[in-house]
Amino acid sequence: MTSIAIPAGMPQYGDVPRFDVARVRADFPILDREVNGHPLVYLDSANTSHKPRQVLDVLHEHYARHNANVSRSVHTLGTEATEAYEGARAKIAGFVNAPSVDEVVFTKNSTEAINVVAYAFSNASLRADADPRFRLGPGDEIVISEMEHHSNIVPWQLLAERTGATLRWFPVTEQGRLDESGLDDLVTERTKIVSLVHVSNILGTVNATSRITERVRQVGALLLLDCSQSVPHMPIDVVDLDADFIVFTGHKMCGPTGIGVLWGRGELLAAMPPVLGGGSMIETVTMARTTFAAPPARFEAGTPPIAEAVALGAAVDYLSGVGMPAIQWHEKELTAYALDALATVPGLRIFGPTVPVGRGGTISFALGDVHPHDVGQVLDSLGVQVRVGHHCAKPVCARFGVPAMTRASFYLYTTTEEIDALVAGLERTRKVFD
Amino acid sequence: MQLESLYQEIILDHYKHPHGRGLRAAEDPADQVAEAHHVNPTCGDEVTVRVATDGAVLHDVSYDGMGCSISQASASVLHELLRGRDAGAAFAVHEAFVELMSGRGQVTPDEDVLGDGVAFAGVARYPARVKCALLPWMAFKDAAARAGVGVSPEVKA
Repeated sequence: MTSIAIPAGMPQYGDVPRFDVARVRADFPILDREVNGHPLVYLDSANTSHKPRQVLDVLHEHYARHNANVSRSVHTLGTEATEAYEGARAKIAGFVNAPSVDEVVFTKNSTEAINVVAYAFSNASLRADADPRFRLGPGDEIVISEMEHHSNIVPWQLLAERTGATLRWFPVTEQGRLDESGLDDLVTERTKIVSLVHVSNILGTVNATSRITERVRQVGALLLLDCSQSVPHMPIDVVDLDADFIVFTGHKMCGPTGIGVLWGRGELLAAMPPVLGGGSMIETVTMARTTFAAPPARFEAGTPPIAEAVALGAAVDYLSGVGMPAIQWHEKELTAYALDALATVPGLRIFGPTVPVGRGGTISFALGDVHPHDVGQVLDSLGVQVRVGHHCAKPVCARFGVPAMTRASFYLYTTTEEIDALVAGLERTRKVFD
Repeated sequence: MQLESLYQEIILDHYKHPHGRGLRAAEDPADQVAEAHHVNPTCGDEVTVRVATDGAVLHDVSYDGMGCSISQASASVLHELLRGRDAGAAFAVHEAFVELMSGRGQVTPDEDVLGDGVAFAGVARYPARVKCALLPWMAFKDAAARAGVGVSPEVKA
């Protein structure tokens, strides 16, 4: 191995942020278990992540000691629960550097968060006095990409159907990058919103958004970024990102299921009509009409997932404790290792970037002609858990001419030994189907 | 898990060397011909099954598709078992196969009825794969109904 000396005074290789992976693994109880007689090799964190004891304890502690409904009680337990819930909101705001805690809306997941924005457009389009930025009709355009998860396609298709607006999309290049060559023709004065995935859940591509943001600003449209696969894996700063909305989900970032986040610029959230109506989202109600609370409460009708929000607060504390730059670096090293290791498997074809630059630790591939279901089954028999299928991104599969893919995805607790186990399992798969 | 109980030699053999693959026109122009296309939305597997029948005998059961070894081998076995049978006998086989796949590994298959289909006994123990094995059989049921023959019991799984 050649080594290049970096001049003194410059950042050295040893300076990269690191953490003790073995110690982190010890925080995750599930990593002790076996699957089919083999140690668990969990390579499906893009699907859902595991939860550390620190999060599980907070979830338990909340129900055991502080359980009450929020925002409506003067009693002690109600006050504790409300403080914990709002405290979690503040932690999450800090985690993504939101300028105001009121810009963090709790939802069920990313899907619901995207739907809140889409239905706000829909509802605004029915009212002549609504903010024109949210009013859609024939001639207006919504822009997405071919790289989206179904959750960032279907809500916009439905919105286009309801309003008569037109849905358009960025194509994907053969290398699995967003094809921005038609940017100026795609994003125009007719565009009302551009909704794009930040990191692809299937190709692993990290989309560079600055050119698109610049164009979105030029034409006066809004920009939503689906950060479901970026917030868990890299430092995200909404000010730096310069989007109008971002969405992400708790269960992919060491938190529980049932809790997600819509972050939106304060003045935009304030201009949006409500979506779900009910308790907690009102200012005052008479039999004839209702006025609405300010955001975020306006978008949180009904009793929210309180314990889940509190546990998500614990999850971001945990991730911050390990350090997001260190997690990002760990995954970059794993990705480089995995791309090299997978290249040694005969007949293996990677979909998406094959270099560890501008991509995250999610790698989809085909193993010769062996169907992904069969690959996943043989790997499972060896304890290796990967996802197989269309990954809720059928247009990406169609783009690359396959009905399904096999996907391995990494997180802070993933090790190079687990990638070795994957490669060994793929060799075994080849033998079964040779 | 004993991988061999799932991937029996017979299944892999049907997968690698499928019998009677390809959609065919009826040899007898008087036959009723109908087909059904089924997909498994969770994995994207698809199969089209076509039935040519005079109302009494299934003169041909042809198919095409793409998918995992289990779904494609199952289509090959379906063709093998049902082609040329009279409708009543075919539906008895269909019923036996559906019962086997719905049995969570507790049903002992009858080789006289199911032939190579007995190899799928192990698949019944993997709930995630039962749908793969049943895909062509469900498509067959629809195709047969469209061609005007019989109805078989619903899947209970």
